[in-house]
Amino acid sequence: MIPNEPKITPELVAAHGLKPDEYQRILDLIGREPSFTELGIFSAMWNEHCSYKSSRIHLRGLPTKAPWVIQGPGENAGVIDIGDGQAVVFKMESHNHPSFIEPYQGAATGVGGILRDVFTMGARPIACLNALSFGAPEHPKTRHLVSGVVAGVGGYGNSFGVPTVGGQVRFHSRYDGNILVNAMAVGLADADKIFYAAASGVDMPIVYLGSKTGRDGIHGATMASAEFDDDSEEKRPTVQVGDPFAEKLLLEACLEIMAKGCVVAIQDMGAAGLTCSAVEMGAKGDLGVDLDLDAVPTRERGMSAYEMMLSESQERMLMVLKPEKEQEAEAIFRKWGLDFAIVGRTTPSKRFVVRHGGDVMADLPIKELGDEAPVYDRPHVASPALPILHARDIKAPMPVADALEKLIGSPELCSRRWVWEQYDHVIGGNTVQRPGGDAAVVRVEDGPKALALTVDVTPRYCEADPFEGGKQAVAEAWRNITAVGAKPLAVTDNLNFGNPERPEIMGQFVGALRGISDACVALDFPIVSGNVSLYNETNGRGILPTPSIGGVGLIDDFTTSATLAFKAENEAILLIGETQGWLGQSVYLRDLCGREEGAPPPVDLAAERRHGDAVRGMIRGGVVSAVHDLSDGGLAVALAEMAMAGTIGAVLDAAPAEIVPHAWWFGEDQGRYLVTVPDEHLLGVLTKLKAVEVPVRQIGKTGGDALAIAGERPVSVAELKARFESWLPDYMAGKR
Amino acid sequence: MNSAVLVFPGINRERDMARALTLISGRAPAMVWHAETELPAGTDLVVLPGGFSYGDYLRCGAIAARAPIMDAVRRFAEGGGLVLGVCNGFQILCEAGLLPGVLMRNAGLRFICRDVHLRVERSDTPFTRGYNAGQVIRVPVAHGEGNFVADDDTVRRLEGEGRVLYRYCSATGEVADDHNINGAAASIAGIVNAGGNVLGMMPHPENHVEAVMGPTDGRGLFAGLVDHLKQAA
Repeated sequence: MIPNEPKITPELVAAHGLKPDEYQRILDLIGREPSFTELGIFSAMWNEHCSYKSSRIHLRGLPTKAPWVIQGPGENAGVIDIGDGQAVVFKMESHNHPSFIEPYQGAATGVGGILRDVFTMGARPIACLNALSFGAPEHPKTRHLVSGVVAGVGGYGNSFGVPTVGGQVRFHSRYDGNILVNAMAVGLADADKIFYAAASGVDMPIVYLGSKTGRDGIHGATMASAEFDDDSEEKRPTVQVGDPFAEKLLLEACLEIMAKGCVVAIQDMGAAGLTCSAVEMGAKGDLGVDLDLDAVPTRERGMSAYEMMLSESQERMLMVLKPEKEQEAEAIFRKWGLDFAIVGRTTPSKRFVVRHGGDVMADLPIKELGDEAPVYDRPHVASPALPILHARDIKAPMPVADALEKLIGSPELCSRRWVWEQYDHVIGGNTVQRPGGDAAVVRVEDGPKALALTVDVTPRYCEADPFEGGKQAVAEAWRNITAVGAKPLAVTDNLNFGNPERPEIMGQFVGALRGISDACVALDFPIVSGNVSLYNETNGRGILPTPSIGGVGLIDDFTTSATLAFKAENEAILLIGETQGWLGQSVYLRDLCGREEGAPPPVDLAAERRHGDAVRGMIRGGVVSAVHDLSDGGLAVALAEMAMAGTIGAVLDAAPAEIVPHAWWFGEDQGRYLVTVPDEHLLGVLTKLKAVEVPVRQIGKTGGDALAIAGERPVSVAELKARFESWLPDYMAGKR
Repeated sequence: MNSAVLVFPGINRERDMARALTLISGRAPAMVWHAETELPAGTDLVVLPGGFSYGDYLRCGAIAARAPIMDAVRRFAEGGGLVLGVCNGFQILCEAGLLPGVLMRNAGLRFICRDVHLRVERSDTPFTRGYNAGQVIRVPVAHGEGNFVADDDTVRRLEGEGRVLYRYCSATGEVADDHNINGAAASIAGIVNAGGNVLGMMPHPENHVEAVMGPTDGRGLFAGLVDHLKQAA
């Protein structure tokens, strides 16, 4: 008989985040009252974070296949083929709730978790990116959270030894009570040496590797599946503590035993720790698992079965090893100073049995634990459509030159150098394009090939129109990868939303997912991995819907990658794509006119593809000298970024008569790029673009030390740069 | 040039260092595990690469400085053998007593990763003969604790004996507080021991040896070592 202490009460069930009907489902499934340990196991497996119970039915419709996809969603990370027998393994995951409570450790363990997902599959991590959303700069906690999160991301990645090469940082009052920390890791593996979680073979030893199990992180995943309130800081004990040193050892030891052919199956212990990893290994392999907790290495004495099963101590792995290679594997782990213990066996029974101190503490059907988790088709209502704003109805609050200077030194658009200089972005010696460009470019070791990496989303668009916003997030990632000359290959998504039990939030989720799906299909950009983070809500106020899109692209020869910096004087500047002057939901409208209004710019996916393919063709043909995509802040801001990067100005024509100047310079119409072209290629480029029906307009020439727009006050590039670089350091130093 | 790269648990730039050595000397280094007690026979150069040995949870480099292999490194250095410590390697050499001073937390209290300019103070040493005296090179730093601190007498002695080989400076070679990224005494980025055969430096020349990363100014340091050993042979 399974000992049952303490007694299961409705209060205890509720404290485990299980609803009464979900508890009934457990009773029906096992035909008796669960033990305390079993209740904990169910709460770990059936919470939103691990079970995807609100999102699952909607995720099924996403495009996940392409000839180059080796592994789509459902494993530790997605895997794509990049030719020459090489594969790229990547995923993005959120660590939002813990980072708000304890920013340094929350962010650090977010990075640690995603790195583990990647090397669990046999890949050596070669790059990290992240997308960070903070509250308004004037909110009293923001500075503390920025400082802690950035230090935590750097503290883990720098010590582990992976370059952090790109990402996003944004500020908005809707994240005041719920910041977002989305971490992405990218690894490189041999395409025929990918490792999976599914166990195979009966009576195989299950091995525990890595750090010892402690009492940290108990119920972390359950915490991440609930809203916050004013007492959220009381949840600090649910945040794990990271040890990048242990992770580095774990990486080297894992790759070494994989290379020696010791591993049958491997699963990292992430959310819900030992419970989730053991159940997944067994369930995916159609096998039972018998665990003996007395063999689990622990950090402290007297830990109960419940605590061991729910601990989220970091830097731990579970493996099934080939029995004949067990000693060899153990020697490698001992060499790296890591714990190694046989903690169980696979069984033919399809039961998940947990033993401790001579007692059976849990005995549950393993398949059902994962597969029979509740799935909800929660009610959802579409966000109401917002009116399309006409530029002529929006009065310019200041001249174009003043507006540009203001925007370039604003929290939304200023340089993120203060952040990325705290991340080691050069380790590995492969960083072709460092942070600050359209996409990071990282060479694939020793070859001419390189990966283009980016993370994108525009939450204010998603809030205004989840469908268009979802499309735009994918299109922008695709565009950023294209702008450095790479072919976009695949996506990892990190879907951050509020409380799914509210129909309008669920409506945002469903709408955004539809948009993402349409864009991924139209752009041949399948989703191979991802993560859903719901309940990002404090005291009933949700975050802006933030579906972060991490994109990976391939460049055949890194020496041909394009950068955004102006390269020389007197080169033609071409604007590619259609400009109407779309100010609805623009940064200009929000930050200079004080209005968060209107429909966001729509994305024409066919045009997006046509324009992008043409730009990529020009980069490969070597006929363009600088390339930049247009996004937040529109044309003027993009020009300023190119000028600042190259320390060369430009002489620019006035806005065309049919468009009001502030809409021309700051509108955020989609599917656009700026390129510079040396004289000898200009005619050829214009002819070619006309032939493929891509709209193009020459808007000026590079040169001088200012952005000189006809009829406007010239804006000095040096002055722009000073504003661009100063806001964030000044803010963090308390000077703003 | 037969080089040996020491691998302590938590070191993470050993692959970058091995690639640079292979590229420039034409020979892959021996990777030597911290628990070894002897260096490979015929070693010309011992390199302690960057990283976070033992997590740097204690003082940076303090544990690695006491690893079994370090006795062999000490003997090697005493016999005049060339030793190069970069970043965590510099910290380890200080903790091991092979170099004076200590590396403290950056003055700004934050980790810094960026390209910096270094002034090469003299060119008549094995570690700088690939450059001209006064030459400015551009290489990256990536550290949280690179603020070189020593008592005034020690700094005076280092200066007087010409043992400061690399100093943080502007793109045109001026040494000033503005360019001293971590607050190091006398803007010191790299020093040698009294014998001139042990160099510790915070910046990473090994990351600037290929056009893929932009500048290739780090090559001179390794090329100089190769020349020196060729001449000595």
